[in-house]
Amino acid sequence: MTRQMTGAKMVVQALKDQGVDVVFGYPGGAVLPIYDEIFQQNDIRHILVRHEQGAVHAAEGYARSTGKPGVVLVTSGPGATNAVTGLTDALMDSIPLIVLTGQVPTFMIGSDAFQEADTVGITRPCTKHNWLVKETERLAQTIHEAFHVATSGRPGPVLVDIPKDVQFASAKYLEPAQTKTSHYQPQTMGDIDTITELVEALEQAERPIFYTGGGVINSGDEATKLLRELVDATGIPITSTLMGLGCYPASGKNWLGMLGMHGLYEANMAMHDCDLMINIGARFDDRITGRLDAFSPGSQRAHIDIDPSSINKVIRTDFPIVGDVKEVLRQMLGLWKDRGSKINRDAIRNWWGRIDEWKKINCLAFTQSGKTIKPQHAVHRLEELTKGHDRYICTEVGQHQMWAAQYLGFEDPNRWMTSGGLGTMGYGFPASIGVQVAHPESLVINVAGEASWLMNMQEMGTAVQYRLPVKQFILNNERLGMVRQWQELLHGERYSHSWSDALPDFVKLAEAFGAKGIQCSDPADLDDAIMEMLNYDGPVIFDCLVEKHENCFPMIPSGKAHNEMLLGENASTADAIDAGGAVLV
Amino acid sequence: MSALKLKKGASSHSAYNLRPTFSDAEERHTLAVIVDNEPGVLARVIGLFSGRGYNIDSLTVAEVDHTGHTSRITIVTTGTPQIIEQIKAQLGRIVVVHDVHDLTVEGPSVERELALLRVTGTGDKRVEALRLADIFRANVVDSTLDSFVFEITGTSEKVDAFADLMRPLGLEEIARTGVAALSRGT
Repeated sequence: MTRQMTGAKMVVQALKDQGVDVVFGYPGGAVLPIYDEIFQQNDIRHILVRHEQGAVHAAEGYARSTGKPGVVLVTSGPGATNAVTGLTDALMDSIPLIVLTGQVPTFMIGSDAFQEADTVGITRPCTKHNWLVKETERLAQTIHEAFHVATSGRPGPVLVDIPKDVQFASAKYLEPAQTKTSHYQPQTMGDIDTITELVEALEQAERPIFYTGGGVINSGDEATKLLRELVDATGIPITSTLMGLGCYPASGKNWLGMLGMHGLYEANMAMHDCDLMINIGARFDDRITGRLDAFSPGSQRAHIDIDPSSINKVIRTDFPIVGDVKEVLRQMLGLWKDRGSKINRDAIRNWWGRIDEWKKINCLAFTQSGKTIKPQHAVHRLEELTKGHDRYICTEVGQHQMWAAQYLGFEDPNRWMTSGGLGTMGYGFPASIGVQVAHPESLVINVAGEASWLMNMQEMGTAVQYRLPVKQFILNNERLGMVRQWQELLHGERYSHSWSDALPDFVKLAEAFGAKGIQCSDPADLDDAIMEMLNYDGPVIFDCLVEKHENCFPMIPSGKAHNEMLLGENASTADAIDAGGAVLV
Repeated sequence: MSALKLKKGASSHSAYNLRPTFSDAEERHTLAVIVDNEPGVLARVIGLFSGRGYNIDSLTVAEVDHTGHTSRITIVTTGTPQIIEQIKAQLGRIVVVHDVHDLTVEGPSVERELALLRVTGTGDKRVEALRLADIFRANVVDSTLDSFVFEITGTSEKVDAFADLMRPLGLEEIARTGVAALSRGT
């Protein structure tokens, strides 16, 4: 059925036909016709944020916790420019988003009109693709194509810029099935010859390791299931990047924990000493590799990635496999079974023996004593008290983010929302709002630092307005903790502008917004205070006053290799030196 | 290592043909990029090069299929083999890019560039300029009593050589199209 309708109505109809149930947005002059259509329907829920950056991060939280694309609607000019950080964040972390922006009427484009910005120009490098729609006839098919591009291949954010006259004018609406097939069809199946070579290498390998990343989670639940099957079938160790946490359960027996700059000792040492590294949906980010010329010197590397440009970008790959993780894992498991493959059992037993030695270092050990809460202790208690809940965790960026990654265990994918590639302070709070909108009955916690959290604190208004019971668990050290740590270790303890002198009273702040505030500074009160937060049916700001000068370890200093980690004072470093690691303490 | 059994001539949508990336020596490659002719497509390509720090030695673009609305962008670039492979992969993932051909490795190809040169002079210099133009098979497309505009077509090296010769003979201004390239018939 074809129907004549206005561009504004088309936008809403296209979103419905694409299965959208919620839009995060903020109105303004250039999108008023679309807001008028939103007012006149009940199928799509609109969440009014307090800043456009918040809308994009909320949509990211929605997308990452559901596997569906997130949708954002903002106005022209400042509405669009405020969305840029969120778009860049989503591009770096491969999160599917459809961002719709209003634009001044076509006949005013280029005249420096009120609230005009060159939105497609500004967002070209921070979107997977973008479109300026100049005719209403093309609007519906462009929006359908936008969904296709955002969700196919390596996912990412796309933007559709819609001038106001295009929203007012009428044209024939095309349903998704009526639009022409896009030529953009990324390859999903892996090359079977290369996969066969990889399986042969895996049969021979003496020290293999799986190194997984966000690509596994982006590939969907099926990919996670197949990955777990493959790990069980082979029995070899698995580590993951920050982005991939949850693709293999933290309670699984082959789990080594996160790797990278603040990864676990055993994970980094295993990466350094392995002879076969199987990268599944990760991208050899610099936070992972450390110094490139000392990265895993004795290994062959396989790289499974849907984006050909990720392969051989920074690390030379011996088994390059372009494809969707779930398809390639299915091919690999099929081969493994058909060939009756077996691992090199004795060698793998020895390999696990070495890994078990590294685990004895106990690199995450800390001592909680005295009257001050250690941040690690706070996260550890949060883990103990929320384990078993259907729990979604967001974070901001900094030390607290790394402690959350180290001390919280993730059993399933899509439960962990953090800004990995871009490292966007201010991401976590709006993301937690998006997650809570998608999962109204679940426990959603944003583990935050006070500095990051303040960057998007205006979203308290959103949380309260929509009765979203998000828990803001703020590790408050009155410092920009990670900046302070680098200044201590690398800049002669000159703490240039890394503390805040005028922090708000977070309890009063919560109350001012109509939410609940809890402050805790005594380790003895911590469990009760956390339980009070969990039991409260509404948004909570939890101001956890923690040790101000705690550093986050293990740490691979920038420009060092995996086996040159700094360890905390509680790690059993004597064993480390015995184990032959070049550990700098 | 089973490693990189890689064919010469990687195409844009496959990493299987990636060439070994051991060399640090810079190479000059000519790429033909087939794109949808839509607003902003050139900005996407140029933005990719500037944003990721790649070199553009020359770039030409024009619509080549008026019914299919596709354009052909010919880019001459230099970089290490690893960078060249990255450029091709990055170009290949731009949504409006249909195909990327590396003419330098995909077998023999022809490259041509067109240049217009205005040379001003009188007397012996003017005669010498005309004589050299004849040797280079350059055409005179405009003439006054004391100037010529020459049109020359050829490889970039030929255009360079002609411009170098014209310089002492009164070369005032030069306009070059950049390289257009096509693989030879088989």
